[in-house]
Amino acid sequence: MLRGVLEWLDDRTGIVSGVQHFLDEDIPASSGWHQVFGSIAMFGFLVQAVTGILLALNYAPTAGEAYYSLKYIVMEVTGGRLIRQLHHWGASLMIVIVALHMIQVFIWGGYKKPREATWIVGVVLLLMTLGYGLTGYLLPWDNRAYWGTVVATQISASAPGAGPYIARLMGVVDGAIGSVTFARFYAIHVLLLPPATMALMLLHVFLVRRHGVAPLPGDEALPKKKFYPGQVFKDTLAIFIYFAILYTLAVVARVPLERMADPTDTSYIPRPDWYFLFLFQLLKLFPGSLEMIGSIVLPTLAIIALFAAPFIDRSKMVMVRQRGFAVSLVLLAAAAWGSLTYAAVAGTPKSAQSEYDATLVEPWQHLTPKELIKPDAAAPEFAKLAARTYLKSGCTACHVANGEGGKLGPPLNAIMFRRDRAWLEAHFIEPQKMVPGSTMPPYKFAPPEMAAMLDWLLKLPPD
Amino acid sequence: MLQGPDRRNFLVLAIQGLGAVITGALGVPALTYLFSPAKTKNDATWIDVADLAKLPAGEPAEIIFSRKRVDGWKVVTEKTSAWVVKTGETEAFALAPACTHLGCAYHWKQESKEFTCPCHASSFSIDGKVQAGPAPRALDRYESRVVNGKVQVGRVVSSESSGANGGKA
Ligand code: FES
Repeated sequence: MLRGVLEWLDDRTGIVSGVQHFLDEDIPASSGWHQVFGSIAMFGFLVQAVTGILLALNYAPTAGEAYYSLKYIVMEVTGGRLIRQLHHWGASLMIVIVALHMIQVFIWGGYKKPREATWIVGVVLLLMTLGYGLTGYLLPWDNRAYWGTVVATQISASAPGAGPYIARLMGVVDGAIGSVTFARFYAIHVLLLPPATMALMLLHVFLVRRHGVAPLPGDEALPKKKFYPGQVFKDTLAIFIYFAILYTLAVVARVPLERMADPTDTSYIPRPDWYFLFLFQLLKLFPGSLEMIGSIVLPTLAIIALFAAPFIDRSKMVMVRQRGFAVSLVLLAAAAWGSLTYAAVAGTPKSAQSEYDATLVEPWQHLTPKELIKPDAAAPEFAKLAARTYLKSGCTACHVANGEGGKLGPPLNAIMFRRDRAWLEAHFIEPQKMVPGSTMPPYKFAPPEMAAMLDWLLKLPPD
Repeated sequence: MLQGPDRRNFLVLAIQGLGAVITGALGVPALTYLFSPAKTKNDATWIDVADLAKLPAGEPAEIIFSRKRVDGWKVVTEKTSAWVVKTGETEAFALAPACTHLGCAYHWKQESKEFTCPCHASSFSIDGKVQAGPAPRALDRYESRVVNGKVQVGRVVSSESSGANGGKA
């Protein structure tokens, strides 16, 4: 029965024998585990496509609403957090795999004649992978997304000559990003890049088939192997390991959603995603008028060098152990990348902003002090004690907490981003020492009340 | 170490098995993501819609009111309507405004004392029972109560699940 259907299908479409022909490819005897990365990259792309489509089914692609819809996905849709975190970590791992794939091909010398075009298409695919990262970073529309993108667009806008045009293309108006930039990044991320990626991947695979997997010296003398099932098994097992790592990350490593993008928040310290950190750090090495070297010149040279690699190195294929120069180049690049990234990580102070996660805010954190002191209020004890102390001390007269209170003093929501615990405590005890000229009276709370007040104040959400 | 056809069979089986595990690990969350309802907190609140004293007796009144509704990631305030029927000095019920056939808005016909739907000509009695046409069940009702002379409505309950106002007439 099944056989009959397959025969009919093959007779009318040729699909079945096409697949068989594809799997039946001859590959050199030296093929093996080192060649699994291309398949993993393709699988990684598939995971991004599936999770991306799932996210899009619950996502509002406009600046502002995007934030709330993502919060809804993470907090209210069953499995939403997992899907989002698969997409997030999938993007990171994608960069890793594409880089490993390139490094492998580079070390083995697989880019050499006649496979130059395969390599060039691969470099374009690498750039597109980075393009996904750049555009996708904005889509959560939280402060991290917003400020990271501000920096990225500023860098491209500083390019000599083309800068202003690039800025206009990205919808940047007077250095500011907004709804237009968001719409363009979204369109690039979901409309432009995916079909282009698929077309280029197809071309890439076609070229690999056209020229065959790069053989090593000595392969001529050995009988060829078949792609299926030996190499397909290696690829599948490698894909499985990759998937297990991705899944573990997605389950275990929480991806925060910071407070919603706030263009007026000048206290925010922007930082790009980890794979762009080295560029970010590179800029610091070129201060002032030299900045262009770090932001534009070096990256452009690196990209040109990648494209030109097959034309610079025109030697014959040799064994890997004779590729000392290529290996040193890779190690050098890795060391440079690693130290720049390390310096960037070490140099970025942890801030209350980057620690904040809007998806962890609990309903009681939105209650007003009067609601908190109700006997049936669902809230932890310290918050109730804080609310009693707060009301007893008359704080409401001057301060707004969760929408309730006077406007004489500063509002208390989001104080976690402006002040730390020690500052707040010192300020309670002697306000004028911390804020000269303040009209706030001192409050010397007993230790339990003080602790409760500080805990609760630092939990008042920004929105 | 396996050799020959045994080895081949093992490899093919392993490829299929690993593929199935991956498909399952992605597919199951994807399906729950798509099919399970969101954990929205729909706190049903009572909304005042009418003064019972001002309602006509023996004749439904179409009342337009606004209510808050959780709409995905938003809470929207929207206008909606109810056909409120006074049944006594302290009693009333309220019918949901959509025909139970395919959701068109129906209207009260004073001459024949029935609700008629313009779409496929279903008609309903004043208490919502189907008189004629393709409608599969009686009109849905709001949960309703009268407090201090005000008619209040809550959620819409399907006439089928509540069973309160009978099935097909
Ligand atoms: S929708 Fe009312 S009769 Fe069809």
